[in-house]
Amino acid sequence: MKRITIEPISRIEGHGKITIHLNDEGHVAGAEFHVTQIRGFEKFTEGRPFYEMPGITARICGICPISHLLASSKACDAIMAVRIPPTARKLRELVHCAQIVQSHALSFFYLSAPDFLLGMSSNPARRNVMGVIADYPELARDGIELRKFGLQVVEGLAEERVHNSWIVPGGVAKALAASVRERILSELPAAKAIIERTIPLFKRALDNYKEEIAVFGSFPTMYAGLVDAKGNAQFYEGNLRFRAASGEIVQDQIAAEDYKQWIGEASLRESYLKAPYFVPQGFPAGVYRVGPLGRINAADGCGTPAADAELREFRERFGTVANSAFLYHYARLIEIVYALERIEALLNDPQILDAHVRATAAVNALEGVGMIEAPRGTLIHHYKVNEEGAITWANLIVATGHNNLAIGRSVQQVAEHYVDGAKLNEGMLNHVSAVVRAYDPCLSCSTHADGSLAMRIQLLNAEGALLDEIAN
Amino acid sequence: MAQKKLSIRIDGQLIAAEEGLTILQAAKANGKYIPTLCALDGLTPVGACRVCLVEVSGVDRLFPACTTPIQDGMSVITNSARLARYRRISVELLLIERNHTCAVCVSNGHCELQSMATSLGVNTVEFSYNYPKLGVDTSHPRYVLDHNRCILCTRCVRVCAELEGAHVWDVTSRGIHSRITSELNERWGQATSCTNCGKCVQACPTGALAEKGWAVEEMVKKLGTVTSLAQKRGAHV
Repeated sequence: MKRITIEPISRIEGHGKITIHLNDEGHVAGAEFHVTQIRGFEKFTEGRPFYEMPGITARICGICPISHLLASSKACDAIMAVRIPPTARKLRELVHCAQIVQSHALSFFYLSAPDFLLGMSSNPARRNVMGVIADYPELARDGIELRKFGLQVVEGLAEERVHNSWIVPGGVAKALAASVRERILSELPAAKAIIERTIPLFKRALDNYKEEIAVFGSFPTMYAGLVDAKGNAQFYEGNLRFRAASGEIVQDQIAAEDYKQWIGEASLRESYLKAPYFVPQGFPAGVYRVGPLGRINAADGCGTPAADAELREFRERFGTVANSAFLYHYARLIEIVYALERIEALLNDPQILDAHVRATAAVNALEGVGMIEAPRGTLIHHYKVNEEGAITWANLIVATGHNNLAIGRSVQQVAEHYVDGAKLNEGMLNHVSAVVRAYDPCLSCSTHADGSLAMRIQLLNAEGALLDEIAN
Repeated sequence: MAQKKLSIRIDGQLIAAEEGLTILQAAKANGKYIPTLCALDGLTPVGACRVCLVEVSGVDRLFPACTTPIQDGMSVITNSARLARYRRISVELLLIERNHTCAVCVSNGHCELQSMATSLGVNTVEFSYNYPKLGVDTSHPRYVLDHNRCILCTRCVRVCAELEGAHVWDVTSRGIHSRITSELNERWGQATSCTNCGKCVQACPTGALAEKGWAVEEMVKKLGTVTSLAQKRGAHV
């Protein structure tokens, strides 16, 4: 029995490790995905006043802190038992859509584009965003511009691009200025044009990746995402839906406060990341996937014209429920279209400039759950407080957690296809880490995509002795 | 009866000031700036923070300007490389003693400790942090006490005793274990002598005492109301 370890996986958010077990014949016997860091937010926030939670939990991540601010604020809204002003709800969705645009742009253009534009087996020294800039300068510029648009919308609303203090329990801190609305509306057509140029480019490139589509995490699972009452995909509101690979809706309209009835969390021996599973099917059978692909598979549609048109074409090509993790990239682009359309609709809402944007209250409920769709999937914050408002217990289920089991299975599938135990090469290594990257996992905070292939692979025998090693 | 005037020098400038004034008061009256943290106009000075240290000619050790009375012929230096270093160290020691995490603090951007650190150029801390495990008293219906952010300036103790007359606050234990405590070691919410006036909250220079419900950066203290009250009382106790 041999073991191959890939550590760290580059161009993802945070630090992760892959272990591939080989049998005596050199064939893949199993694969595991590990997260090697522990952060401890659920423990060290005990005793803090509940209204500090959005600010504290936002620090979990520097890429999508707004997701944590929103889920946390929704949990706090529930503890305060307030109905936040309608304009605050719309402003929260607006800032969230902007974040989805910037986060998806980062994932697609900066982190994943090097793989499918330059080739998975191309020179690792060039297979990064700098290589994309050299070979596809227009696409690289588009990626930077689109991310900038998203960040500038965030900045216009919340004043700070990363960890803002604008999203607060009860609503938002300040109303939207008319000048900011005009500015965003004037920049919107350029952002739309970028995504309209990128999608056809990606569709053409898809033909080169038939093999990857077939083996990149291509297996039936359930999919989960928030939907509204009509079944349209939602980022900020709505209830959770689970849809089976067959297309059948397994469970619909699960409210945030009922999540525990349907989502269980298993602890794994070699990873700090828990593995959530669908309770009625048990662990580990209850695998489901969240994130862009999870959302568009779970929902019936988006509810906006351009995104629905793209979604129809996607379903014509890959079926009502698409099973390949490679299609996360495609789904991400469709979601950018959807988010830009929502930004436009929200900015044109007659109520959006209303000055009443915050409700106040003390502790009115001793428990609160907030659930939203972060760029990487469903995010749940669940708090319990005492009567004084101090946190007594907290549970956070992050998007990458939901995908944990599926990522492990995807790695195994790719490894079975590409890994030949007798030989180790970087192209193979990159296929393995690229499938992880397709889920755009956020393992903790930041990434170091400086161009180096920060990856190490070790071949170990059953006794743990090193047989072979390659590193850059 | 007119107070006796004393002649002192502050940074070389000859000044006539009333007997009984502290170096800080004499300096302020003559437009000289000395940084302070625990001092608050109108409250009894205690010399807790050591940020207002000054040099006095002929004496090797440094003196806190807020508690040192002027003497005839005294020559005071308010600014020197040595003072700048000691003041920085004083602030660094305050920062390492407890858990001052500005990024998630209600007072971020409106904190006297933070702005003092900035103005003194404290951009790194040369001592290792204590990281003590400290609690938060959330028992008061309107206010919250976070020991993590307390620098033991005792403004709350003094403002409550001297201005409000309630004397809810005091300091318990010694040295590194010193803590602000309410009434006879009751939780704040159970302190029957507390009038809920909030003067302690407004006087607190950091986020240690804050109004409940504010998110990060939102707690702006109304220090002016406390100082104007204290000055009206005419307080040199």
